[in-house]
Amino acid sequence: MAITMTQAAAERVRKFIEKRGKGEGLRVGVRTSGCSGKAYVIEYADKIESDDHVYESHGAKVIVDSKSLIHLDGTELDYTREGLNEGFKFNNPNVKDACGCGESFNT
Amino acid sequence: MTLFQISEPGQTPAPHERRYAVGIDLGTTNSLVACVRRSAAETLPDESGRHLLPSVVRYLAKGEPVVGHEAMAVAHEDPLNTIASVKRLMGRGIEDVRRLGKSLPYEFIRGDSAMLRLRTAAGERSPVQISSEILKKLKARAVKSLDVEIADAVITVPAYFDDAQRQATKDAARLAGLNVLRLLNEPTAAAIAYGLDRNPQGVYAIYDLGGGTFDISLLRLNHGVFEVMATAGDSALGGDDMDHAIAGWIMQQASIADDSDHKQMRRLLRDARAAKEALTQDKRVPLNIVHGNGESWQGELSRDQLHTLIDPLIERTISPSRRALRDAGITPRDINGVVMVGGATRIPRVREKVSYFFGREPLADIDPDKVVAIGAALQADILIGNKRDEEMLLLDVIPLSLGLEIMGGMVEKIIPRNTTIPVAKSQDFTTYKDGQTALLIHVLQGERELVSDCRSLARFELRGIPPMTAGAARIRVSFQIDADGLLSVSAREQTTGVESSVVVKPSYGLTDAEIERMLRESTAHAGADDVTRKLREQQVDADRLIEAVRGALNVDGALLNASERAEIESSLTDLQAVRGGNDGARIKRAIKKLDAATQTFAQRRMDENIRKAMAGHRLEEFDVPRDKSPS
Repeated sequence: MAITMTQAAAERVRKFIEKRGKGEGLRVGVRTSGCSGKAYVIEYADKIESDDHVYESHGAKVIVDSKSLIHLDGTELDYTREGLNEGFKFNNPNVKDACGCGESFNT
Repeated sequence: MTLFQISEPGQTPAPHERRYAVGIDLGTTNSLVACVRRSAAETLPDESGRHLLPSVVRYLAKGEPVVGHEAMAVAHEDPLNTIASVKRLMGRGIEDVRRLGKSLPYEFIRGDSAMLRLRTAAGERSPVQISSEILKKLKARAVKSLDVEIADAVITVPAYFDDAQRQATKDAARLAGLNVLRLLNEPTAAAIAYGLDRNPQGVYAIYDLGGGTFDISLLRLNHGVFEVMATAGDSALGGDDMDHAIAGWIMQQASIADDSDHKQMRRLLRDARAAKEALTQDKRVPLNIVHGNGESWQGELSRDQLHTLIDPLIERTISPSRRALRDAGITPRDINGVVMVGGATRIPRVREKVSYFFGREPLADIDPDKVVAIGAALQADILIGNKRDEEMLLLDVIPLSLGLEIMGGMVEKIIPRNTTIPVAKSQDFTTYKDGQTALLIHVLQGERELVSDCRSLARFELRGIPPMTAGAARIRVSFQIDADGLLSVSAREQTTGVESSVVVKPSYGLTDAEIERMLRESTAHAGADDVTRKLREQQVDADRLIEAVRGALNVDGALLNASERAEIESSLTDLQAVRGGNDGARIKRAIKKLDAATQTFAQRRMDENIRKAMAGHRLEEFDVPRDKSPS
């Protein structure tokens, strides 16, 4: 079981944390909400909890709690630019269907 | 597929609930849009990676107007349809702009309304519409960058912007489909960008030297509230003037004639700017100037030479700074921090001079071009509820003194300039003539002593004053300015309670250049004004005396014998003769002479009046009964 980050995503995480001045890594997770049932959580992680799984890619840590990992296992996080917009993208193999906007999904 | 941004722990927004509000620095020369993403505020670039959007709008006969770099690039080819620096026209009446008119290349339309309009290829356009094009462009950039619909914005305005200018800015935002969460003063936005609002208290100087304007603002922070203590500046001073000074020097060195063509001048200015920017890093910079005829000139500009050229310009920022300190009643030692804003503050010499003047190293870590937009974005983020910080409140000041006309064409100041608003002040006035039943209240704005040198804001009459002897009526005139800068003036006769009032926008239609000019003139003319004021006071005294003596002669002339009467008449004629002159001392002497000549007359009149009043009464009647004695 694992969550990975592309080189681009890892670089961004390192840069943002450096700019912010603190943080262990990137916390990702899933919570129940949104139009299609589940929504991603993507935050700075200031501490690592006992039930957290920590994966390292290209020198940056991605942290996920055990409950969320079920829905995120195998996900690759990328950082991309689409026109003027840029941000993190979840390539999640568990997603069966997502709402039109892609902000919430079902596994 | 949605792109996600990192949030602070526990603050990931629910789907479709992410709200962004942008901060917009709507500048005279350049504008920027910024937003808080990933817990940090950043300005948003366009497709070419440029953050600054030139505040230039070009109207075409067909199609949408062109905004920004492309409009600026053709400004000299199509000057009538390419509007730059529209910020200077915001909230202005046609009369105000006509005075500036000659320096502006646009075609203004004489309409029925006070609203100013410009003739362009696309039809008539108001400054509000033109500004809204800039805002639309910035909004579109934000929508593309953030991939969400943007509705809310904090827009910055200069601290000295009056109510009309603020309202015009809000109108422009509405036209652009933006809801203004708040208009934020530019210096305050800069202070917020540096997080100064998190300090418990302090006094901060915001030194803003842009391309074409200089502003100095002193802010006092107290429990999260920024109060503008004083503002001053020069609306025609900036980095562009430095480029011109350098270009002038190059022309001299390279023997380029003053009447060189437009193209050559633009190249020179571009070279001058490049040299100025290079000297931020280097001690000296080589120059290679190509003449119009193809020949070239090689030279060098040293940092020392640059300093010789720009020092006089930097010095011109110091005197407004000094004035602001004086207005605020503080010294450089009282300042807890100096914030640098505007591209020209990148010049090391400017920082050096500023730190010398204030006696401390200025804050300059944040890009001085972006700092205002960043502060606005931080404020927008708080206002939209992404942060649970308490709201910041901002107090403002009135830029020029407010007063009213008194006899002799003089101005009595009721509220001095730089008073923080809201404020209410009143003063008592009286009647000038016997039996006067109405009083004209003329509200004025400015620092000078004479009505003719100040700006007239409003006139209204107080009627229904009961007839009394001159000086007996007590009329209380109150000036009140609310938090939005709206002035109301009321006059009330105290014995009868008759009242009259008017509401005015105090600085409607005044440009900052005019405010600056009015302030400069007040200091330049302080001595002369004082002499004029004294003369006018003597003249008013003379008129009052002449009036009184004439009246008395008409009523009680019989109390005088021929020679007494002749003496008074002769003194009266003397006073009338000198009254119109410019010699205050002579008028004073003539007043004294007439005063002395009428002493006996006055005594006799008083005796006579008492005699008349008591005739037919017994003395006891004049005793005041104890139970009715005045308290």
